[in-house]
Amino acid sequence: MEKDQNNILEEVTNSDYKYGFHTNIEMDTAPVGLNEDTIRFISAKKEEPEWLLEFRLNAYRHWLTLTEPGWAHIHHPPINYQDIIYYAAPKRKKELKSLDEVDPELLDTFNKLGISLEEQKKLSGVAVDAVIDSVSVKTTFTDTLAKYGVIFCSFSDAVKNHPDLVKQYMGSVVPSNDNFFAALNSAVFSDGSFCYIPKGVRCPVELSTYFRINAANTGQFERTLIVADEGAYVSYMEGCTAPMRDENQLHAAIVEIVAMKDAEVKYSTVQNWYPGNKKGEGGIYNFVTKRGICKGSYSKISWTQVETGSAITWKYPSVVLMGDNSIGEFYSVAVTNNFQQADTGTKMIHLGKNTRSTIISKGISAGQSNNSYRGLVKVIKRAENARNFSQCDSLLLGDKCGAHTYPYIKAENQSSIIEHEATTSKISDDQLFYCKQRGINSESAISLIVNGYAKEVLQHLPMEFAVEAQKLLAISLEGSVG
Amino acid sequence: MLSIRNLHVSIKGKEILKGINLEVNPGEVHAIMGPNGTGKSTLAYVISGRDGYDVTEGEIIFKGRNILDLSAEERACEGLFLGFQYPVEIPGVSITNFLRTAINEQRKYKGLDPVPAPEFLAKMEEKKQLLELQDKLASRSVNEGFSGGEKKKNEIFQMAMLEPSLAILDETDSGLDIDALRIVATGVNKLRRPDNSTVVITHYQRLLEYIVPDVVHVLFDGRIVKSGGKELALLLEEKGYEWIRSES
Repeated sequence: MEKDQNNILEEVTNSDYKYGFHTNIEMDTAPVGLNEDTIRFISAKKEEPEWLLEFRLNAYRHWLTLTEPGWAHIHHPPINYQDIIYYAAPKRKKELKSLDEVDPELLDTFNKLGISLEEQKKLSGVAVDAVIDSVSVKTTFTDTLAKYGVIFCSFSDAVKNHPDLVKQYMGSVVPSNDNFFAALNSAVFSDGSFCYIPKGVRCPVELSTYFRINAANTGQFERTLIVADEGAYVSYMEGCTAPMRDENQLHAAIVEIVAMKDAEVKYSTVQNWYPGNKKGEGGIYNFVTKRGICKGSYSKISWTQVETGSAITWKYPSVVLMGDNSIGEFYSVAVTNNFQQADTGTKMIHLGKNTRSTIISKGISAGQSNNSYRGLVKVIKRAENARNFSQCDSLLLGDKCGAHTYPYIKAENQSSIIEHEATTSKISDDQLFYCKQRGINSESAISLIVNGYAKEVLQHLPMEFAVEAQKLLAISLEGSVG
Repeated sequence: MLSIRNLHVSIKGKEILKGINLEVNPGEVHAIMGPNGTGKSTLAYVISGRDGYDVTEGEIIFKGRNILDLSAEERACEGLFLGFQYPVEIPGVSITNFLRTAINEQRKYKGLDPVPAPEFLAKMEEKKQLLELQDKLASRSVNEGFSGGEKKKNEIFQMAMLEPSLAILDETDSGLDIDALRIVATGVNKLRRPDNSTVVITHYQRLLEYIVPDVVHVLFDGRIVKSGGKELALLLEEKGYEWIRSES
């Protein structure tokens, strides 16, 4: 099945588009700024039903009453929300005729990541009609999945074709009034992905490749909804594994996961948005709300993330452990270099009996960056025999960066067992010299040491992703030690 | 193989080595002995290119080339190996991964392609048997949770895999029980060839019962004050370093 995916991909990426050029791309753009008219405009453009417009407007009205959260360990100039364009139909980027016209630094990165030439063209905006390609990939893919009853489509398509499912689950894990950025997303979200795995189905493919191609064109306010019905299983991979020079500054996405009885969802992310330059100018502000709910007993949700990009990362993939005997996991590697700031972690909310959660967080800070782990483990009164194990490690490179750990534990049931371990370490001169004495230069040595440090997390990534993540770690830290 | 001429080395302005002269020919095993704090480890670090040492005078010629302007990793790629007195832990990095990285970096330096995986694994197997090492060693993280003896055996294993022209073993015998000592010594002896050389740094004569040196040097207060055959080690054992102190 994985082979199928590869074949499809290869076919599509290696062949020229057979049906000529698609030229009538809509260029409509909403006026700058945010008000109810903007939201009506977006909803109309997307031909949405009335209930969805109401959902958006309610979210917007609530958002107006909120202020940006100030508790995270991050600093940035105020964001002017009236200075943002909230809807733009797929833009045609300036078309480049060949790879020769692409920023050589970007190509260098692609080569190090081992991304194929065809894909390089696509990612850097050379005319390979990415939009059209991804549509065809999607179609072929969907046919394969349809045999199993798996629904996997864009959020807009889901609204059109599966309105009942969307209506039932959208906002059920992250309500539109959950927080400032979630409310903003709920008001203006552009598109995203929808995935439904029916009862008893083990999704035969890892839902990844599609998204990876599609990611080149998703907007700044994405929304993902994954529902695994009773006994279902799916492994979902999100992310772009190449740096995207995105002119958009603010990203505020929502991911919701619902796992019914005996269901399992494994969600992996490799986030590598543009982190800004070495002086700390530019880069993406990434404010994301990700949450899953283990609704039924014996269900399981597992988050694995490798965060190397963005100027600011504000992200706490969480699990609400509602069903008895349900399991929540969070495995994270967050790298910050230069002037990047990351405040990331998780929340494990134990509501059911015998619920278990595991948190493994590995922060790596270099340059003048700041890297914070922020996590909450909460056990409510009726959650008998809840278990949590947390391990938060920080690795410092150099003496100008910061690592911070903010663990919150709220246990209301005496039978719960909560363990928290934390370490802070540096790459020592001894380690570096040891490697160098064996012929390994500083950069390779750092990559080796960092990958060893992050191994516990990387091993939870699907194989293909893990290899890219390893290379990415090395690239992100290049030049961080003199 | 190695010629050190009038080597003066300071750390933060304090002179530690005060004019070392040393000549090691291919195929030879040299032992450098001396009490603690006389500069033995400093000498090992300076030869292998560690930062933090100021060479104020003299030169180190390795295989006909002055290596003082080469980085530590370049010296390693040229065939210089240091067996550490205190091997360093690298958590999460398997010995297999570590050695494959090291070998491939050294091959890259020489303009060679990375070693094919089957060839590499076969070599691992061969050297493990040669040194009578346990099977699971290779999958463990470099030195993490190793006993003193395991760390030292791991150093010798790396030496076997990297096949250096010159190996400097810094206090490889310290902290070893007699079995580990035997394994380490057997390894060194088995790896001995007419075209490679070994410098063993130790302050006990004990190791030299197993590794028979061609030349023994006594390092004292930053200078080599005495050189001789293996009988010098015995003499030292018998008379103690006080004897050197009175002689020098």
